[in-house]
Amino acid sequence: MSTQHSKAAKEFLKNQTYAKWHDATFWSVRTKRDNMAKGLAEWEQLREKASAIKRHTITHLDEYLEQFSSQAEKNGTIVHWAKDAEEFNEIVYGILKQHDVKKMVKSKSMLTEECEMNPYLEARGIEVVETDLGERIIQLKGQKPSHIVMPAIHLSHDDVGELFEEKGISTEKGNHDPTYLTYRARLSLRNEFLTADAGMTGANFGIASTGDIVVCTNEGNADMSTSCPKLHIAAIGLEKIIPNYDCLAVFQRMLCRAGTGQPTTTYTSHFRKARPTAKEMHIILVDNGRSEWIGHPEHWEILKCIRCGSCMNTCPVYRRSGGYSYSYFIPGPVGINLGMLRDHRKHSGNVSACTLCLSCQTVCPVKIDLGDQIYKWRQQLDDFGTANPEKKLMCKGMSVLYGSPGLYNLATGIAHWANLIPSPIMNCGLNPWAEGHDMFKFPKRPFHEMIKDIEK
Amino acid sequence: MHHHLSYQHTNNMKIGLFVPCYVDALYPEVGVATYRVLKHLGLDVTYPANQTCCGQPMANAGFERQAIPLASKFEDNFKQFDYVVAPSVSCTAFVRLNYPRLLNHECETAKKSMDIVEFLHDVVKVDCRLGTFPHKVSLHNSCHGVRELGLSSPSEMNVTKFNKIKDLLQLVQGIEVVEPDRSDECCGFGGMFSVEETAVSAQMGRDKVERHIATGAEYVTGPDCSCLMHMAGVARKQGLRIEFKHVVEILAAGL
Repeated sequence: MSTQHSKAAKEFLKNQTYAKWHDATFWSVRTKRDNMAKGLAEWEQLREKASAIKRHTITHLDEYLEQFSSQAEKNGTIVHWAKDAEEFNEIVYGILKQHDVKKMVKSKSMLTEECEMNPYLEARGIEVVETDLGERIIQLKGQKPSHIVMPAIHLSHDDVGELFEEKGISTEKGNHDPTYLTYRARLSLRNEFLTADAGMTGANFGIASTGDIVVCTNEGNADMSTSCPKLHIAAIGLEKIIPNYDCLAVFQRMLCRAGTGQPTTTYTSHFRKARPTAKEMHIILVDNGRSEWIGHPEHWEILKCIRCGSCMNTCPVYRRSGGYSYSYFIPGPVGINLGMLRDHRKHSGNVSACTLCLSCQTVCPVKIDLGDQIYKWRQQLDDFGTANPEKKLMCKGMSVLYGSPGLYNLATGIAHWANLIPSPIMNCGLNPWAEGHDMFKFPKRPFHEMIKDIEK
Repeated sequence: MHHHLSYQHTNNMKIGLFVPCYVDALYPEVGVATYRVLKHLGLDVTYPANQTCCGQPMANAGFERQAIPLASKFEDNFKQFDYVVAPSVSCTAFVRLNYPRLLNHECETAKKSMDIVEFLHDVVKVDCRLGTFPHKVSLHNSCHGVRELGLSSPSEMNVTKFNKIKDLLQLVQGIEVVEPDRSDECCGFGGMFSVEETAVSAQMGRDKVERHIATGAEYVTGPDCSCLMHMAGVARKQGLRIEFKHVVEILAAGL
């Protein structure tokens, strides 16, 4: 009965010390988020408002995209449209080649992960340096992010210390003090900022009325990436456009509170045009499936996502299975849904990773019905040909049993005979319930028999 | 049963008792306790024969279509009642939230289905002494009770705190009610989830039971037998010692 996710999760849970740490770490982020949410009397109204703004914008996206791009062009930026990942990578490479870029520094962007841009550029001789500390760590380690906001959360400071020693970033052997490691990372990154020919940022928001790109970071690395190099490229998914500053004010109050439990990110940077001493600023608007997802009657609201990561932090399954147990590069409730939109055959194995507890959609700052959507995907697995055959058989069996009261009454009447089955057989590996549970005992008589005497 | 109470506004109210399949087969005492509490309050309660399952297990597993015949049978069995009361939050939530879509009409049972806790709290508005249970119990807030039926304020939301289960348990003599740390985190049952994601399900169960035990309670009580069944199975497998009782068993204790 196991799925891709359940097998990976089982492996994850074998290291209990690590698993407990992982769960506790993310629960503490959830707790910080709760404190923030409860510190704003209007929190629930803000969620309602944020959802309404996103619903409105996404259903009028053509208008807002046009407004955004014409405003951005008026500001003097060069706007590109990429229909998919391939076209996005080609556009980026084209700009870099034109400017003879050898090295590009980059602040955090899940969109470039989605498009697998780094390997594309590296294969063409361009060095790409991640400058968000977490992203830099996993880049040096040759890994992928395990969480969208805290990409290296799965590593301890000892892991990082050893990595930095190996890469020559830190010089004091055995000094794994986080402050020291951060200091060494900063020194190393300073040099990268100063020697890069281009800087790339993602975008948390695009403002239609002004043509601004808004980037929220805690490390100031987006500002560093755009302050030193002569060229700035911003990558933004179509759904990140919002109408104006008033709307931004709503999201700005929620993004960081929901994501990391801080009142705000340290830096909220607006980029409107190339700075006077730089050459050009480019904005690449990326579709890569989004315009198709808007038309999906059951799943379009996933496009409201502002990538805060709070659904992962609260998800009891994510906390106990880690980001790498999911086949899609975005894990947790939103990742299950996005993966299914991306390629339902490839990512059906994540759909089991949900108890339908609905904590995700109760946390979500833009009120995406994440759990309800996972329920809906489950209903489609049979049509996709990716349903579990044993589970299907069990459900068939149940529907026959429950469909006939006569059969049901007979079965429940004799169910206690199962108690006579010797425990080693009942608790064997063929019974998945017995893996985690002691087998239950059936009572002598079911309720529908007992009630006959009681009602007399 | 030594005395019967009567709540005026419940006169002539016809109640259909729904005892979900697994409660019927595994926890008949919970069905009995539900029936006894309702009778104790002087209510007109009937248990229609030939009821089986609401269809939730198949639907949550991804085979919603197989739940449709069960839904229409359920609707036929129960539509004549003023209220359909069940000792299960997840079954009640399934009927209420999914039947209209599954059956393509505004179902009577979707409107009338209530979990026993919300029925006693919101409709009967019980305020008299109920059973006697001189023990310390740790309250298990089942997910579908919290986030679908609104039995308590979800810990995720910035709303005024309330808990209808706790309110009812306060009517029991001698009881001390506590809540575990992470008071409404899922226990990891999730229907088919427990046999498909065995490792995570068992881990969640263990974590939850340990938090209940950490309160110093002798019993865990909750509004859904499926969570209790899961936690009891995990606890026995792990040798963790605490007892499990449905809320209604405690309400009915000694009546």
